[in-house]
Formats: sequence, structure tokens, C-alpha cells
Amino acid sequence: MSDLKFSESGRKKYEWLLTRYPEKQAVLLPALRIAEEEFGELGLPEMKYVANLLGISPSRVFGVVTFYTHFRRAGTGKFHIQVCSTLSCALRGSQDVVDHIAGRLGIECGETTEDGLFTLTKVECLGSCDTAPMFQLNDDYHESLTIEDVDRIIDDCRNGSGKNGASGKNGGSA
Amino acid sequence: MSFEKFFTKYLHEPDCHTLDFYKKNYQGYQGARKALHEWEPDALIDEVKASNLRGRGGAGFPTGVKWGFVPKKTDKPKYLAINADESEPGTFKDRVIMEKNPHQLLEGIIINSWAVGIHDAYIYIRGEYVFATRRLERAIEEAYQDGILGEKTLGKDFRLDVTVHRGAGAYICGEETGMLTSLEGERGLPKLKPPFPAVEGLWHCPTVVQNVETVANLPLILEIGSAAYKQIGPEASPGPKLYCVSGHVERPGTIEAPMGVNLLTLINEHCGGVWKGRKLKAVIPGGSSAHVLHARECDVAMDIESLAAAGTMLGSAGVIVMDDQTCMVNALLNIMRFYHHESCGQCTPCREGTGWLEKIVHRIAYGHGQLEDLALIDSVCDRMVGKTICVLADAAAFPAWSFIEKFRDEFVHCIEHGGSPEVKKRHPKRVGGGLRV
Ligand SMILES: Cc1cc2nc3c(=O)[nH]c(=O)nc-3n(C[C@H](O)[C@H](O)[C@H](O)COP(=O)(O)O)c2cc1C
Ligand code: SF4
Ligand code: FES
Repeated sequence: MSDLKFSESGRKKYEWLLTRYPEKQAVLLPALRIAEEEFGELGLPEMKYVANLLGISPSRVFGVVTFYTHFRRAGTGKFHIQVCSTLSCALRGSQDVVDHIAGRLGIECGETTEDGLFTLTKVECLGSCDTAPMFQLNDDYHESLTIEDVDRIIDDCRNGSGKNGASGKNGGSA
Repeated sequence: MSFEKFFTKYLHEPDCHTLDFYKKNYQGYQGARKALHEWEPDALIDEVKASNLRGRGGAGFPTGVKWGFVPKKTDKPKYLAINADESEPGTFKDRVIMEKNPHQLLEGIIINSWAVGIHDAYIYIRGEYVFATRRLERAIEEAYQDGILGEKTLGKDFRLDVTVHRGAGAYICGEETGMLTSLEGERGLPKLKPPFPAVEGLWHCPTVVQNVETVANLPLILEIGSAAYKQIGPEASPGPKLYCVSGHVERPGTIEAPMGVNLLTLINEHCGGVWKGRKLKAVIPGGSSAHVLHARECDVAMDIESLAAAGTMLGSAGVIVMDDQTCMVNALLNIMRFYHHESCGQCTPCREGTGWLEKIVHRIAYGHGQLEDLALIDSVCDRMVGKTICVLADAAAFPAWSFIEKFRDEFVHCIEHGGSPEVKKRHPKRVGGGLRV
């Protein structure tokens, strides 16, 4: 048995969520988000934990998690770079961004660097087409990218100053 | 008539997303107050019908008419599900509303809920929009603290609770039934209609599904009245509109203009024209699911009827501009990859069809195409359109058909000259020769 457990605040949030929906299973996606935040990633033990909480089968949770692309799955690097490759971004050079990152990190799309720091993925339209090319780095959007920007961002991640705040044109606090 | 911006007037003010700002500068929540205290729900539905407000999510369905489908006499609770999935390629307008003006959406939700008799609203927002989610959650918190939401909405004996629900990355969860299935905690698989959500949606209860921008129009309709609202743009599909312009223009962005603005005006005046002094080749006017327009077809009004008459659609108003150096084969390949990736796989024509479309366009782009492939694409599309649970299959077929119809010479050129020039430049070793797959 694993000893995974939501923190006090995670538990509270989960219980509050239960009051917002008439059916328990609706809390599955939000609960997976809490798990993602608290445990860092969604692997089988984390999925089992959430399944137990909600009283549904782990295979059902697995089916749901794998249907979507945006959950942080086990084995993802500390910095997950998701480059938008859909048409508007492709028209403004997203492939150059992908090639540059792949070259610098020495990995292909879908791979993680050996030190576990970076994962590079190509994703579909992120709703930021006016600031193409762009990528999402963990939670944050980095927009209107030049190759210099990309280098600086990767350096910042390596130096430990890869920030987790708002970015780009939408900077500012919520 | 001069046009006053409604959504984006204060976009550059640093605190435009706060409740204080919204109250001061937008007369925030006056429309909802009016609705709750001065309008009977049925009369309000008629007023929204009279305004001719049409859905901004893609289908352009008349909003008031949809509300009219919700059963009046029912023991079941009714729900509102706001579609903030915004995943149609080329679309980024709902994000602007949620990040810059979340209270406008909340006010619209109150008006909508009062008209239909709804006490629980959910905002289904795509998982990638982390920042917009934070802004929405903060705005909802402000609204509860201020007595705007909760047991007594704006002082009226009417409970309304609003919950933000994050998706997790799947285009198909923008399709309304897929979104509802996802909200219930399942894989986001669309369902056959009928029953329509207005009759049987969330947890088998009547559910109104409405796009963010649609609902954000409601405060304006209450402020100025349906008669004045109808004066903005064409009467049959009026209102202020957010156009998302991306691709090869000098200044891409979200442009607010009256419904029916000319497409060339949008590109040349609002967005600084085609970039790098180049010429226009093509425009997709309504998100990647819309038929592409040839440059010579672009002198057209951007409203629902005019674009339908031009053989395409306003869709999500995602305007993707392509300059004269764009390879249309490679552009179509990108779109086909998208639909293949996003097909949920329930329906054979869509699952297999999108796969074949990507494969065939891929081989043309990579120098293995034959002329018969163009007829093959046509027949694959024929077998997809109108034959599936949801219209993703149609959405994949429309660009395939229209790209080939309007830019056939480029496809033929690729077939006869060993592939797409863009692809050859990038992958010189992978083009031509070898086996045809
Ligand atoms: C494949 C597919 C994707 C869709 N994606 C979205 C979306 O991201 N956002 C949206 O509002 N509507 C989307 N729609 C349209 C919705 O199904 C629905 O018509 C709309 O949300 C209704 O709201 P409205 O009447 O206010 O436009 C999509 C439809 C299909 C078929
Ligand atoms: S048409 Fe495609 S996306 Fe829609 S339900 Fe069928 S398989 Fe899924
Ligand atoms: S195409 Fe890249 S964000 Fe839309």
C-alpha cells in the first residue's frame, strides 16, 4: 500500500468540491488536479488513491486520465515545454522553435532529458495564436518567442530561476 | 453609426479585471440587477429572442430560442454550462474576456440563469488556461463576498452558485455533449442528439450550454435594450464581436468590431495588413473547421449570413491569414494532423477518415502523391460528412475539400514535382523516393 495522502488543504478543497456537484464522479477531474499539484504527477499509485477517494475503479480513472493530454503524467521532466504546433503557430515559425529546443536539449519531441529536467512535447492550439510562436512551460504561457527568448528561458530553468508566475502579454497577478 | 467597444475598451488598464473597476467603468452588474428586479423570466427570454443574439461558440444558434427549449414545468434542476474550452485552432477571444473582464461573464451568467431558472452554473474552462482560471476564481470570490452571487443573488431571493471546472486538454470537449460528459467526470465522448442538452444534459437534467462571449453580451442587451442592440451590425446577427486574427499579418490580435466588419478592413486596417509587405493568398475566416477563402473572395462581411453566402462560416471568428509564400499543401497537412489527433474515435468514419486524410495529404506533401489521391480525398470526405455522432468529422472534411478545390494547382504541382517546397526545404532527405505509404 502506498502512503499517499492529500494534505490538510488539499483535503479541504476536495471536500468543498464535493458540495458543488450533485454527483460524486464529477469531482474526478478536479480531484486529479489536486493530486497532480500535491503529488507532482499522476502515476498509477496517484490514480489509485483518487479512485479510492471517489469509490470508483482505478481502471476507470486510468481511462479518464489517458483520454486527456494535459495531465502531468509520471516521468514528465521538472520543466515541461509544450510547444504549440497548430496552423497559426506553424505559420510563424513554431517548427524552428521546436527544432532549436530539441537541438539544445539533445532530445526529440516526446522525450525527457537524462537529468529529468526537461520534457519537450508538441501540442495543439493553446488559444494564444496571436502571440505565435509560443509554448506553455508548466503552468505559464511564453509568447511571441524569438530563439533568444527560448535560450534565455531554458537558461533560467537550469539556473533555478524558472519562475512560476504569469507571463507574456498577460503578466500581472490574478 | 459610431461603434463603442464593449468588451475591450479598457483592455490595457492594469486592474480592469477587478470588481471595483468593473463597477466603476462598466456600470458593472447594473444589467443583472435590472434583470432580477425588473424582468419576469419569460419576458426576459423574449427580450433576448428579440435581440437576435446568436451563439458565438461556432454554430451561431439564436440564444433566446435555445432558452425556449428548456422545459418550463419540470421537477428536475436545470443547469448552465459555460463553454470556455476554446480549442478551435485560431481562436483566443474567450480567454481575453476571462482574463481581462471576468465580471462581464459572471454578470451574463446571472442574467442567463435568472431567465431560465437556473441555480447552478459551471464554467468549463480548458486546462491549459491556468491564468484565466485564476482570474475567474478570484472574480467569483469577489462576487460572493460582495453579495453578487450566493443565496441571495444581488439582493433577490434567488440562489445562484458558480463553479469553475477545469478541462484537461481535448479539443472534443468543446463540442457541447463532449463537454458535458467530461464535466460529469468521464472521458469527453460526445453523445448523439437528440436529446439536446436543453432537454437532457448534465445528470440527465435540462442544461443550457453557452459560449463565454455569447453570455458576456447579455449585460449590454439589458443596458441598451434589444432594439438598440439589433442596430449594431446586421439585424439578423447583430452585436459587438471579437475577431481573433492570427497568422501572416503585421499585428495579430483580438479585434473588437461590429458584427459584419469587412474581412479586408480587419486585415488591412486593424491588423496592419499582410506581414513583410507580402500579398494575401488565403484566409480561413472562422477557425480551422471553416472552408478556406481564396484572396479574391476576401472582400466579404464577417457575419453569419454573409459568410454562409460565401460558402464558409463565421464559426468561432478565428481568422487565420496566409501570405503568398504559404504552401497550401503543408498548411492542410497541419490541419489534417490536428483533426486526426483530436478525433475521439467513437465513430468509424471519423476515426478512420481523419487518419486517411492525414495520411494522404502527408504523402502528397512528402512527394509520394499521385493524381488519383485528390479524388480519393474527395471520396473519403464524402463518407465522413453527416455520418457521425458529432460534427468533428465534417469539420475535418471542410478544409480538405476547400483547400483542394481552391488551390488545386498547388496540390497538382506537389504531386508532379516531388512534394511540398516547404517540406523539401526542411526535410531534404525525407522527401520523394522510397515506398508510397
Ligand atoms: C468539434 C467541436 C468543437 C467545439 N469547440 C467549441 C469551443 O471550444 N467553444 C465553444 O464555445 N463552442 C465549441 N463548439 C460548439 C459547441 O458545441 C456549442 O455549439 C456551443 O458551445 C454553444 O454555445 P453558443 O450557442 O453560445 O455558441 C464546438 C463544436 C464542435 C463540433
Ligand atoms: S465524429 Fe469524431 S469526434 Fe465526433 S463523436 Fe464521432 S469519432 Fe468522436
Ligand atoms: S495555433 Fe498555436 S496557439 Fe493557436
